[in-house]
Amino acid sequence: MSQEITIGAQSQTGPDGKSQTIVIDPVTRLEGHGKITIRLDYNGEVQDAHFHVTQVRGFERFAEGRPFYEMPSLMARICGICPVSHLIASARACEAVMSVRIPHAAALLRRMLNLAQMIQSHALSFFYLSSPDLLLGMDSDPATRHIFGVAAARPELGRAGIGLRRFGQHIIELLGKKRIHPGWVVPGGVTEPLTVARRDEILAMIPEAYANITLALDGYKQVADTFREEIAVFANFPSHFMSLINEDESIEFTVGALRLIDEQGGIVEDGILASRFTEVIGEAVEPYSYTKFAYYKPLGYPEGTYRVGPLARLNIARSMGTTLADRELVEFKQLARGPVHGSFHYHHARLIEILYGIERIEHLLNDPLILDKHVRATAGVNRLEGSGQAEAPRGTLNHHYKVDENGLITWANLVIATGQNNTAMNKGVLQTARHYVKDGRFTEGILNRVEAVVRAFDPCLSCSSHAVGQMPLALTLLSPDGEVVDRLVR
Amino acid sequence: MNDADVKTLEIDGHQISARRGQTILEVARENNIDIPTLCHLDGLSEVGACRLCLVEIKGSNKLQPACVTAVFESMSVITDSDRLNRHRRTILELLFAERNHICSVCVANGHCELQTLAQQQGVTHIRFPYRYPELPVDASHERFTADHNRCILCTRCVRVCAEVEGAHVWDVSGRGINSLVITDLNQDWGSSSCTRCGKCVQVCPTGALFDKSKIGSGHPKYPDFLVNLNLMREAR
Repeated sequence: MSQEITIGAQSQTGPDGKSQTIVIDPVTRLEGHGKITIRLDYNGEVQDAHFHVTQVRGFERFAEGRPFYEMPSLMARICGICPVSHLIASARACEAVMSVRIPHAAALLRRMLNLAQMIQSHALSFFYLSSPDLLLGMDSDPATRHIFGVAAARPELGRAGIGLRRFGQHIIELLGKKRIHPGWVVPGGVTEPLTVARRDEILAMIPEAYANITLALDGYKQVADTFREEIAVFANFPSHFMSLINEDESIEFTVGALRLIDEQGGIVEDGILASRFTEVIGEAVEPYSYTKFAYYKPLGYPEGTYRVGPLARLNIARSMGTTLADRELVEFKQLARGPVHGSFHYHHARLIEILYGIERIEHLLNDPLILDKHVRATAGVNRLEGSGQAEAPRGTLNHHYKVDENGLITWANLVIATGQNNTAMNKGVLQTARHYVKDGRFTEGILNRVEAVVRAFDPCLSCSSHAVGQMPLALTLLSPDGEVVDRLVR
Repeated sequence: MNDADVKTLEIDGHQISARRGQTILEVARENNIDIPTLCHLDGLSEVGACRLCLVEIKGSNKLQPACVTAVFESMSVITDSDRLNRHRRTILELLFAERNHICSVCVANGHCELQTLAQQQGVTHIRFPYRYPELPVDASHERFTADHNRCILCTRCVRVCAEVEGAHVWDVSGRGINSLVITDLNQDWGSSSCTRCGKCVQVCPTGALFDKSKIGSGHPKYPDFLVNLNLMREAR
């Protein structure tokens, strides 16, 4: 006696012939391809739930044999949303191989590029992928639950989102000549200095960016309270957190060292440079996903799992280091005593980071040294191993390479943010499913909430950008003998 | 110049006069008629290897490479036809299928003769299965890298090194599809008798030979230096 429910094109039979499985495939409004399965027991209660990443990329393998100085532009191809984080982490790993320090102007320019990417990626996550749930409602009509629906219902917020994404993308284009996969970041620095004309063009865009993020923060705060039930169960549990931080304990995206805090906010590990990353962090493999599960080694797997990304960064940072964002950080910290554990608040953290990014970019552009012409250091192979790290919009990213005497890669390993949030996402899916799916009954809105937990983390699965709009999603309820009882198509 | 030294011929319907011994390619280019080439380079000897410059000659069913075919009196040449374009596209597709040409991550992207020709000839797909050979990358040289994945065996590097630099470090080993350009007697480039002049890098039409310092910043090549160099040498 089995009952099977499939969503999407796949169907699955319960292995014991008694249980019931809900499959959400593909999970929509995510970057990349993922699938969720929810196992119900005979009484219709949620037994287990998993978030699966269903594709393999193989970048570490095909990097082998390539010259190390090709790595930034090659590795950045992993992702169309956050290529800049990969460029920076990769270039830093290469600089460890070269044993060079990059020129000051190059460091400033890279920092600006990374912030521009963070802004556009956060704008994509918040507005394009999650705002339909937040502004239109988790149970709203799926036919209009997308960015165009938001633009129709709340045109000012739709425009703000598009404007913020354009702001970030345009800065990337002005610096690196291309919006996606700019080849400008190279081992040793960047290829070209910033011109006065381009600096002024970016400065001219800043007032509009401030206006857009103010609208977005106000809009979010107005609706956040209506999601109390979701906040309570969207991956809301104590965990460790990890992110980059500066020596003055302010937020950091591009340089600095990592800090790991426990659930009360106590510092567990500090000053983790990229070269020490593998001493502290291990990776586990589960049969149901192509994404690994990172964990803090002394605690082991799965006890040592932790969260990264905007929530982790704001939990760890004592200050943002900019006036407006610092004001927002104080408000954010009031959400909880100690670290904020509810993953729903990733959305809020993301908006504060956008504000911080705009402020920092403005500061950077007003630093006359940013126009300096010395932007690239050169060197050959001076060490046979190197690691680099950076904060991708969705969390800590580490690239680790080994090379031969000629600089050809012999081994590469990438630890991406999504792998570090993987356990938390899986726990979150289970927590949400357990709360909402009762007696084997669920609605489209309930399944949307299960997807929305994953969206809160803004995981980068493949990671390449996908078109906005309708993905084929069908839900079929089959009777024990395989007869179609109900069918729901999105 | 006597009458016998002047040949009159027709290229694509244009009445043209040429000097005896000139190739179809030379005459066509002097008259602004474009014929695609890849292994040919002004300033180097001709090898007729790539076959992209194939043309039709009236009275012959066989296509002839314009770079090594001399003009003759009353010749009638067609440089542009469906048949020729079909062959040219096929040649380019075979080149792409033969090794690992990944434009998006190649140092020569945007400055590659193979890429430009493919765009000009309207190559949008490769109809042949890719071979995906496992080929070495020689990064032993202090300044340059040889990536055999991107080599099309045009032998420009071999000719420029032997004919212009006079070093003859580069040559071809193996036969047919197993051919590889090598330095000296198949030693690493870094430990070869290379003079580090960089001429081979400048004449390489793809990203097979490149300057390590040009990674990321675009790598335009300047093979025009050859013509100037030859002119200066002749003047002496």
